[in-house]
Amino acid sequence: METKRDMKEQLATFIKTELMRNPDYPLQNDEPLITGGLVDSFSLVELALFIEEQFGVHFDDVELTAQNMNTIDQIVGNIEAKL
Amino acid sequence: MSTLVDRLYEHRARHPDSLALALVLVLHDREETFTVGDFVARAECYANQLRVRGIGRGDLVILVIGHGEALVFSFWGALLLGAVPSIFPFLSDRLDPEHYYRNVRQLVERSEARAIIVGDAQREALEHALAGLPVPLIDAGELATITPPTDSMSEITPAAAPDDTAFLQHSSGSTGLQKGVMLSHRAVLNQIEAYSGAIGLRADDVVVSWLPLYHDMGLIAGFVMPLTAGVPLVLMSPFHWVRDPQILLHAIHRYRGTLCWLPNFAYNFLATRVRDSQIEGLDLSSWRAAINCSEPVAAASHRQFVQRFAPYGFQEAALSVCYAMAENTFAVTQTRLPGPPRIDRIDARMLRAAHRAVPASQDGAALEVVSCGQAIDGCEVRVVLPDGTDAPERQIGEIAIRSNSMLSGYYRQPELTAQSLRDGWYFTGDLGYLAGGELFVTGRRKDLIIVGGKNIYPQDIETIVNEISGVHPGRVAAFGVANERLGTEDIAVVAEVETSDPDRLGEIERQIRTFVAQRLDVTVRYVRLTGLRWLVKTSSGKVSRSATREKFLADFCQFVQQ
Repeated sequence: METKRDMKEQLATFIKTELMRNPDYPLQNDEPLITGGLVDSFSLVELALFIEEQFGVHFDDVELTAQNMNTIDQIVGNIEAKL
Repeated sequence: MSTLVDRLYEHRARHPDSLALALVLVLHDREETFTVGDFVARAECYANQLRVRGIGRGDLVILVIGHGEALVFSFWGALLLGAVPSIFPFLSDRLDPEHYYRNVRQLVERSEARAIIVGDAQREALEHALAGLPVPLIDAGELATITPPTDSMSEITPAAAPDDTAFLQHSSGSTGLQKGVMLSHRAVLNQIEAYSGAIGLRADDVVVSWLPLYHDMGLIAGFVMPLTAGVPLVLMSPFHWVRDPQILLHAIHRYRGTLCWLPNFAYNFLATRVRDSQIEGLDLSSWRAAINCSEPVAAASHRQFVQRFAPYGFQEAALSVCYAMAENTFAVTQTRLPGPPRIDRIDARMLRAAHRAVPASQDGAALEVVSCGQAIDGCEVRVVLPDGTDAPERQIGEIAIRSNSMLSGYYRQPELTAQSLRDGWYFTGDLGYLAGGELFVTGRRKDLIIVGGKNIYPQDIETIVNEISGVHPGRVAAFGVANERLGTEDIAVVAEVETSDPDRLGEIERQIRTFVAQRLDVTVRYVRLTGLRWLVKTSSGKVSRSATREKFLADFCQFVQQ
């Protein structure tokens, strides 16, 4: 099973390269993704598909809100709750 | 000539028991339906409550309410009184509330609004933001009180005359807040009549919409037109739809929906985001027109959509395109139904080099341009060359329009109105050509960016970025980059900075993304921070967005998703 740290790194890499298109961006685990303007709500769905493929955890579309998924820490918390 | 209100009453007299509106409510996971009789009665209650609070004919009423029942009936309640409702864009999760409410305050100060109708969620913040202004806030909740009007509504209506302003529509973006488009009852009714003809609107149609009501497509096609034309409307919230796009398809299935307007990105979004397991057993065969409007139309988006939903009964003949703008109330042109629309395959090289749309040879590299159809009745379309003459067939020029559904003017901005109209013609800033009587749109004269159907002015982004410490003042360019996979544009920002320290660069990029999202509610996809003198300037020393864009695409192509 993936460690928490691996998971966070994989998520950060995906967000930086695929969504923000800048692998050098110093993304923090507690940095607000949606309210911080790094990721939009459409990309959130893409992120959910990535999580499903990587970690086998499914999020319903209605769970994909800024309140629920705003930081990498929060997302990993939600993934772990479902594992 | 009558008014929108007369039409609503005429319709009630004929069909009081037919369905007017079904609101799909996310909170309760259910729907609330209103017959025409219920709908008018409810709107009358709101009207009466507004009247008791001193609102009457000609009074501007600003609506700061989330999507839902209170918004719908506040709008119609104001219309019944002959007041002028104006819907303010919704506060989203991302917008900085302080900045948002400051915008509302500016609008109120400039506009002499007589009242602001506000939803529960916004009440406290708005009260604070508007402190010191003499404008009353009215709780939308209070208007919902079910007390039938004491006097007959006929004493209140018809309060408006055909040439009175029916409502104000904010044309777009944050700059758009300063541009309230005034539309008269006459203009709106002319538009509804002409556009109904263009799409063959029938009493047994059912309009399904998730579009926001502060935008022309949502307000006219997805709200005012069906309700005044007596066509049932199934309305859902844009926030709800973005989170859960399948609800649109379920609504079409359940209500046998026939008409739905969508910006181009929505075709890609629905095709890629909705899972088969979510729509098992749905039948979309009732859908007679999926009308693509409000951003550049991509043939590939249409093909992807048909392929994805044909197994559920969606027909290629339902594909359709409309070219529209708030300044014309809504539609300018519309393709013939049933479709699909004509696709013109033109030589990309000739388009760039000679600004001509020459049909491509069979094997040459072709650009697909989807037809926007023919001008609707009462509307004339010209393509004008820089010297002011009409462009010959297949020559690119600026699209200009003249019609009987045009704006009466920009609210309290006579100079802007005078600038925009030349001899009665409105110059759209869009580029295109005419071929075989149909209009094809190929680009824009202005550097406008359109993201998911929303107009964004690059100067608004640049102003925000310019204020960020570390960015070299005035050395910023914002522009759009096509994203074929999403079927819309991505926003790119290039800024010259004086530092090369990675931590500082990270911080500047963070601020650019955050501030733009909080003020404009859009996401910047690409941020590139460069050394001095990277941006391309024009001979007059101004930053050239288009030349900078070319350089960006050449230098950073490995990052750009085409």
